[in-house]
Amino acid sequence: MMAWLDDPGTVIMVVGALVGMASTLVGTFLVLRGTSMLADAISHSIVFGIVVVWLVAHVQSGPLQIFGAALTGILTVFLTQALIHSKRVKQDAAIGLVFPLLFSVGVLLLNLYAGNVHIDTHTVLLGEIGFVWLDTVTLGGVDVPQALLAMGGMTLINAVFVGLFFKELKLATFDEALARALGFAPGLLFYGLLFLTSGTAVAAFDAVGAVLFVAFVIVIPASAYLLTDSVVRMLGYGMVMSVVASVAGYALAVRWDVSIGGMMAVMTGIFLLLAFLIGPRHGVVAQVLVRRGQRGLNETRTLAVHLYNHEDSHAQQEENVVKALREHLHWSDGRARQVILRGLDQGYITQAGQMLNLTATGRALAMELLNAHERGR
Amino acid sequence: MTLMALLGDYTLQNVALGALFLGLISGVLGSFAVLRKQSLLGDTLSHAALPGICLGFIVTGARHMGSLLLGALFTGTLAALLVMALTRYSRLKTDAALGIVLSTFFALGVVLLSYIQGTGNAAQGGLDAFLFGQAAATLRSDLWVMAAITAIALTLVGLCWKEFKLVCFDPGFASTQGLPVLLLETVLTVMIALAVVVGLQMVGVVLMAAMIIAPAVAARQWSRRLEVMVPLAAVFGMVAGLSGALASTLGRGLATGPLIIIVVSLLVLASLLFAPGRGLVWSWLLRLRQRRELHHQHVLTTLHRLASRHDDHAFYAEQGLLEGVHGTAVRPALKVLAQRGMVTLSTQASRQPRYWQLTLEGQQEAERILTALERGGANS
Repeated sequence: MMAWLDDPGTVIMVVGALVGMASTLVGTFLVLRGTSMLADAISHSIVFGIVVVWLVAHVQSGPLQIFGAALTGILTVFLTQALIHSKRVKQDAAIGLVFPLLFSVGVLLLNLYAGNVHIDTHTVLLGEIGFVWLDTVTLGGVDVPQALLAMGGMTLINAVFVGLFFKELKLATFDEALARALGFAPGLLFYGLLFLTSGTAVAAFDAVGAVLFVAFVIVIPASAYLLTDSVVRMLGYGMVMSVVASVAGYALAVRWDVSIGGMMAVMTGIFLLLAFLIGPRHGVVAQVLVRRGQRGLNETRTLAVHLYNHEDSHAQQEENVVKALREHLHWSDGRARQVILRGLDQGYITQAGQMLNLTATGRALAMELLNAHERGR
Repeated sequence: MTLMALLGDYTLQNVALGALFLGLISGVLGSFAVLRKQSLLGDTLSHAALPGICLGFIVTGARHMGSLLLGALFTGTLAALLVMALTRYSRLKTDAALGIVLSTFFALGVVLLSYIQGTGNAAQGGLDAFLFGQAAATLRSDLWVMAAITAIALTLVGLCWKEFKLVCFDPGFASTQGLPVLLLETVLTVMIALAVVVGLQMVGVVLMAAMIIAPAVAARQWSRRLEVMVPLAAVFGMVAGLSGALASTLGRGLATGPLIIIVVSLLVLASLLFAPGRGLVWSWLLRLRQRRELHHQHVLTTLHRLASRHDDHAFYAEQGLLEGVHGTAVRPALKVLAQRGMVTLSTQASRQPRYWQLTLEGQQEAERILTALERGGANS
């Protein structure tokens, strides 16, 4: 039953999917709150935490390491907030001041004690998901990869947190003032969320490093956000995307012999691009289509109102002909032809020679618009 | 090595010059970015330079500074345009767009990097040094490229100074004046990509963000005038670059990039604390002094009220009574007030406990405070 643990490819894909899932659970709320770049800051500054925890306690994995190193994430957020509250630095600049410093100190310590620490500066940024199956611990007689345990644990913890506080998180995200008024301590909740984000970043560190983690925690929820308005569905889509990104990224990376973690992160970028371009309702293409449909409807209405106004008047012979559309509505021939064809198709008008006549539905359309206009006065 | 030998060192000269160029360009261009609240754009653009470097390498097949930087400039600009497109045509917020472009471009760079390493091209050595920078490997030819870029950027800033200034502080007014605001903003953004390109060799893609932000934030504390802030930011940038480069020669394992960032962060901290006017230390001291002054006034009015309650302007108040009202902090307050001649100790020095009395001056001062208080209360 545990045979899949012996297959490196499967372990890598499962770890990748778990990184995505754990990140999606917290990242969804970060993206919705407009604090995505805090995730970037946290993922950089945990490098400092990981090095310090190693130097102090000589642990490089396990709950203690995750907890200890995740404190640096909270430190980053705290320092950033302190800078903002000093009113000397704007929010965006404050974020960009704190994490490079912590990251620099981390890298320097890493260089100075390079002989003792298991990570080199290269893995700091990129991680090495390709080797996660090598580092195992024995659990109940089975060799289980360390990263699998850590990511599985973090996914579980994040899921429990989001499950328990789902209503509160939603409220604090969309209406912080109301959440505070109802006594839900949105600030505390936010810090909890960021602490779990830090923990997830630490757990995912060996697999994907500091920067690629950002792709999982921001890009996947952002793609889901472009597809739906419901938080539950956002989380669901995020889970699916995590799995697909992991599997497809692994397959492509093996095929082209390139970085596995990098390819998984590139996949999330492709999801985002697709959601941005062809997503329903919010996608660029959908928006263009909606706009075009509205313009068409507008033109049909204009034509109907024009015909209605001159119906049964002595100018009817002059106004309600194809030629008049160009002069009176300033439409080009091509455009006029399109509008007439559409009107004929949709049954709003009939054509007899050059004369255009409204049908009953066409008249209803014109009157509906004119009545609405009258009421508007 | 003595200092003179150190300064004569060829590699060190290159590193120091490179650091100076970096400080100069990032300080100047960073000022505009920070003022336009686009600090984190530098972070995104520097990460987005990685795939460009790799592309430059793949196309030319060699580690030419020029082609690598051209690639970096290309992807950096592309990234900036993508951020603009994402924020304009989707419902994502700016910070999400920044994070998205940052991480996916970087991921693409990682993939390309691993592809290059897989091809086994001998010239690829040190390509991933661009992650953290590789100041020691700076060549004279690299310096020429960096100098040229810096010169172009500074010339542009000099020529369009007024326009850039207006776009930073009041883009709405700028467009009513007929300025091409979108074009100017794009130019400013692309120039940040230029600064990033100069910094890649020195501090690498990850730490470049701080070089854009930190000198400008530090300089902002010292002046509210752009004419002062920009040169000051350039000076801070150069000081940080130079001292980081020098400090890295002190021992093995001291990488230039992180050291430069630490120095520039210290400059920011010092500026935040001690800059005249805006410094946090000064406002703390001011608040402390104001609080003490308020306490003195409190004590004075208490004495005055006691006196008028007893219909005796020469009323002696027992110190214990005052301590009951104001706590033991009343002792230093009374001492200061006595020095100013507002209160006097009872003339019968032998009397224990101590008794305090308002002087004429103190009486007038207390009345002045009370009337000011009443008037303020009536106004509000």
